[in-house]
Amino acid sequence: MTAKTLYDKIWDAHLVSTDEDGTSLLYIDRHLVHEVTSPQAFEGLRTAGRNVHAPDKTIAVPDHNVPTTLDRLEGEVKNEESRVQLDALEKNALDFGVHYYPVNDIRQGIVHIVGPEQGWTLPGMTVVCGDSHTATHGAFGALAHGIGTSEVEHVLATQTLIQAKSKNMKVEISGKLQNGVTAKDITMHVIGQTGTAGGTGYVIEYCGEAIEALSMEGRMTVCNMAIEGGARAGLIAPDQKTFDYVMGRPHAPKGAQWEAALAYWKTLFSDEEAVFDKVLTIRAEDIEPSVTWGTSPEDVLPISANVPAPEDFTEGKVDAVKRALDYMGLTPGMKLTDIQIDTVFIGSCTNGRIEDFREVAKVVKGKKIKDGMRAMVVPGSGLVRAQAEEEGIAQILIDAGFEWRLAGCSMCLAMNPDQLAPGERCAATSNRNFEGRQGRGGRTHLVSPAMAAAAALTGHLTDIRDL
Amino acid sequence: MEKFTKITGVAAPMPLINIDTDMIIPKLFLKTIKRSGLGKNLFDEMRYDDAGAEIPDFVLNKPAYRNAQIIVAGDNFGCGSSREHAPWALLDFGIRVVISTSFADIFYSNCFKNGILPIILPQEDVDKLMDDAERGANAVLNVDLENQTITGPDGGEVSFEVDAFKKHCLINGLDDIGLTMQKSDAIAVFEAQNATSMPWV
Repeated sequence: MTAKTLYDKIWDAHLVSTDEDGTSLLYIDRHLVHEVTSPQAFEGLRTAGRNVHAPDKTIAVPDHNVPTTLDRLEGEVKNEESRVQLDALEKNALDFGVHYYPVNDIRQGIVHIVGPEQGWTLPGMTVVCGDSHTATHGAFGALAHGIGTSEVEHVLATQTLIQAKSKNMKVEISGKLQNGVTAKDITMHVIGQTGTAGGTGYVIEYCGEAIEALSMEGRMTVCNMAIEGGARAGLIAPDQKTFDYVMGRPHAPKGAQWEAALAYWKTLFSDEEAVFDKVLTIRAEDIEPSVTWGTSPEDVLPISANVPAPEDFTEGKVDAVKRALDYMGLTPGMKLTDIQIDTVFIGSCTNGRIEDFREVAKVVKGKKIKDGMRAMVVPGSGLVRAQAEEEGIAQILIDAGFEWRLAGCSMCLAMNPDQLAPGERCAATSNRNFEGRQGRGGRTHLVSPAMAAAAALTGHLTDIRDL
Repeated sequence: MEKFTKITGVAAPMPLINIDTDMIIPKLFLKTIKRSGLGKNLFDEMRYDDAGAEIPDFVLNKPAYRNAQIIVAGDNFGCGSSREHAPWALLDFGIRVVISTSFADIFYSNCFKNGILPIILPQEDVDKLMDDAERGANAVLNVDLENQTITGPDGGEVSFEVDAFKKHCLINGLDDIGLTMQKSDAIAVFEAQNATSMPWV
């Protein structure tokens, strides 16, 4: 038998048919839906008189647009356009009979946090969503990727997707991480090495001692940003940590089905002789706490470095760096730790889980954020929020001066009222530092939760190892 | 979907690399529940100033390029989000072809679903077409999907590769949901097998 990669195994297990030219029809096990990229797809179904093929495998939750301030609990969403989109999601979910978590349900949250939390995401599955950060679910050994609205409609109507197989890349992180270095630093460091197009056309499997040592939360952070490196999906082979995380979740299998599932899940790894199209090996000890200085996720440097100059680059990147430095208001040569910060955003599908908030609480316990700093912590789900409150984390954050919000995507993409004003500079635990991402003219530095917490205390980008 | 066979139109140069989906259509325009009407906000933050006035230097605001149907772009065009609003905005503006050395996967796929042809070419060909595109109103390219060729203003021809299935759908304006539904028996067989072998899914 030919040796297979994990990606090969999942791909083969979901093939409905393959045409002569290699175009394949892939079965989709879970389809996650949110309010921004789905209304046109449901409308398309209505126009064509089609149904949702597998409503039991379709899960809808509002996240991008929802306000995260407490007044959301009291009444309707004030922004009319947002409200129309949220109402459309509710109507579509009810009309077509798909699973649905309303805005004020405690299980509501960012779709990529809700899926795993509720046990919808299981090893070996195919998972899609009209959102590029669907890559997150790869942490479970599920083939998960973002799709456009036309494909959302295709999956709703047929529960399949027309796909060509991607190439396979192995990214091995060998050895142990240094103190102060987290899953976020791993994933940012990898993008710094490959560039944002380095993964284009590939599915990446992350492996190695440092990946195995990560919690499920950490693995989700790593896979979440696979897309920022251009990859179609990120994957991590499931192990005992995965099974322990999944067991007992509301939609995880139970009893005899659990045993059968477990036996199957234990076959989900890349065979030793399996061939990858590309292999990248990084020593964990070479990774430092990382930060972005520019307007692309590939603009990554260790916090100990200085702002680069356009001449440090070649070809098209020279002009891109000039533009980025101008947009970011930075001068080549200045120390990254001298960059003053006025806003801190902690949350998103990258870093909005309980472990992230525990990290933040450890850094800020008994301290106060810098005077004048606007700092918010936005849980990834209502259940994360409840758990943080139960563990006393929420109180530590509130005492330190953070706003403690309700669940949603919030300032990661600023579709709700949480936005940066022009020129404001934010240390953010989210995943994109594009121009205007957090608000027109806003400046974003991507960092880990611990580094965001440190910046909130000092008022400038700070090496967590110095605190 | 509108069929795509041949386009003769002005090509606008956008040499910047990593033009992301947030640049193509910023998030505040994603609150629509329609596919149409996004063209006026295409490249919004690059195209208009804070007061909403046009920025004259931006390529699509220049008289020669206001009716561009083709964009010649730097590497990795369309990186970032899965938002199909990006190709919807391009299409609504009138763009039918984007040429670059590379595209982000999801954006690339989204283009074909909307009658837009993304063309991947080697750097030297993109450089040549970028030069052609710099010629303002004379920057007219002819893109022929059937023959897979681009002809420049000087008559020079560049050929390109495209997936046969995607080409077929684009030339015929086919809706792939209809095509997949013709395979509903195969889908039913797959589901029946899975219900037995993996009942937990």
